[in-house]
Amino acid sequence: MARLRTRKHKVVLSRSAGGDAGITVLLTLLGIFMVLPMAYVLMQAFKPLDELWMYPPRFYVMNPTASNFKDLFTLMNTSWVPFSRYIFNTVFTSVMGTLGHLFIASMCAYALAKIKFPGHKWIFNTIRTSLMFHSTVTAVTSFILMSAFHMIDTYLAIIIPAWGYTLGLYLMKQFMDTNVSDAVLESARLDGASELRTYWTIAMPMVKPAWLTLIIYSFQTLWNAGSSIYIYSEQLKSFNYAIGQITAGGIKRAGASAAATVLMMMVPILVFVISQSNIIETMGSSGMKD
Amino acid sequence: MSNNTAEKQAVARKDLTYRQWIWKEMKKNWVAYLMILPYVLIFTIFTVAPVVLSIFISFTDFNMLQIPNVVWLDNYINLFFADDIFLIALKNTFVFAVIVGPVSYLMSFLVAWFINELSPRIRSIVTLIFYAPSISGQVYLIWGTLFSADSYGWVNATLLELGFINTPIAFFQDAKYVMPLCIVVALWTSLGTSFLSFIAGLQGIDRSLFEAGAVDGVRNRWQELWYITLPSMKPQLMFGAIMAITGSFGFGGVVTALCGFPSVDYAAHTIMHHLEDFGSQRYEIGYSSAIAVVLFAIMIAANTVVKKALSKVGS
Repeated sequence: MARLRTRKHKVVLSRSAGGDAGITVLLTLLGIFMVLPMAYVLMQAFKPLDELWMYPPRFYVMNPTASNFKDLFTLMNTSWVPFSRYIFNTVFTSVMGTLGHLFIASMCAYALAKIKFPGHKWIFNTIRTSLMFHSTVTAVTSFILMSAFHMIDTYLAIIIPAWGYTLGLYLMKQFMDTNVSDAVLESARLDGASELRTYWTIAMPMVKPAWLTLIIYSFQTLWNAGSSIYIYSEQLKSFNYAIGQITAGGIKRAGASAAATVLMMMVPILVFVISQSNIIETMGSSGMKD
Repeated sequence: MSNNTAEKQAVARKDLTYRQWIWKEMKKNWVAYLMILPYVLIFTIFTVAPVVLSIFISFTDFNMLQIPNVVWLDNYINLFFADDIFLIALKNTFVFAVIVGPVSYLMSFLVAWFINELSPRIRSIVTLIFYAPSISGQVYLIWGTLFSADSYGWVNATLLELGFINTPIAFFQDAKYVMPLCIVVALWTSLGTSFLSFIAGLQGIDRSLFEAGAVDGVRNRWQELWYITLPSMKPQLMFGAIMAITGSFGFGGVVTALCGFPSVDYAAHTIMHHLEDFGSQRYEIGYSSAIAVVLFAIMIAANTVVKKALSKVGS
């Protein structure tokens, strides 16, 4: 503030009309850029085959039809591994990975945020630094480690690493820092509650938005997981991978593949719509204080 | 070290040495270690160990089949002096990161800032519109359809009709267009976690700061942004930067899905692709580990630069 020298005349905070207009135009343009491809995905899914391959191509669908979705389900029924198996694989790994992550990461977050034990700072800093490292970079060495644990080509290869996701732990710890009051915890401890009990019955109910955010992030990552280098048995592969196989089928399957894309994207979008306010609340404490 | 002495002084009891005091604290808080154990164990095995292992393996010629020999810096020397494709990848990665990182960061912030004063209902709809591409899995493949190489592609058809071109352009097979298009697609999917963090950060700013600012002579929204808004949300800016770094260096999958592997003339070949090529396809683990280590170093350097830059905000 010290640098502000513009005190010639006192002005109530102004919003110039020009600025408002400029911002609106810019936001609209960006919005169109974001929406157009998404809208096109929807259009494609409802176009009959002759419209998908008509010349010149049209952006809009003229005679919307659900036949692409029907084709998709027919294709699903003819696949070598039953489609229900792929769906089971994805749902099973998503649920197990997310549940384990929720318990393990929130317990660790609680200890890091609320118990001042020697080492808590550098442990958290290490985890925070690793937020930067994309899992693809360590994929090969992870493969070597997993084969040492005999985890390759089992569900465990997907589930166990999910328990160690860093973003969930980071957000949970930050949220507990700001939203769980030390005084309440202290009085619980004075009443003789164990640390585990304090965590589960006092701290956890206070951070429900963070739970939800952690669940959604982990679920989204697992749900969108395609083929993995850790899995090679067809029976263990994910729903997303199987959908990709249909999509790769060329011209004849263009309709079914558009329908599949819409089905796959609806799930994370719906989940976000339902949980948006909680996620934003959690993000309120996501900042890095250094 | 100065940290240690500060903590030493904080010990009230003079009859304990620092080491004894630590030990006492550790024993007192043993439950905490128990509580972090499961997570830290998994984190160590699947995040720390692979990184550390990469560093060690990068000094060997490990290839999964033979007993590895220590080759010291040979892998690194080969990377920088003998591997032309790596140098292309390095250049592409930098071009990509330097554009996508800052632009997506700015875009996330500006959109969050623009929509901050909208009513909650409209704000949540706009948030969804901008956030949706980043969570919709492989929906970015639609860009392949829009820019498809034949005249059935919507972009080609439109350009043909308007008379800009005579023959359809094979966008994703033409070295001229591959990189710019991949950058556009990457930007399209880049309003993710940092975007949400910025929205929340803006919502959390104490309103009275703005009123105080108006009294202190803040005249327009740009001054308000620089002197009040940005300094109040520095923690979110830092978090967003980390997410932007991760995003801009780890985007290989989009390119492979749209342009194939390898991309035409290696026009969109990045360090990530080089890593996957040698690691998961040729099993030259020693060499690929050296590539990974270079990538870690670049990310950490980027992080340091960003931290320095952000410390200047609002001053």
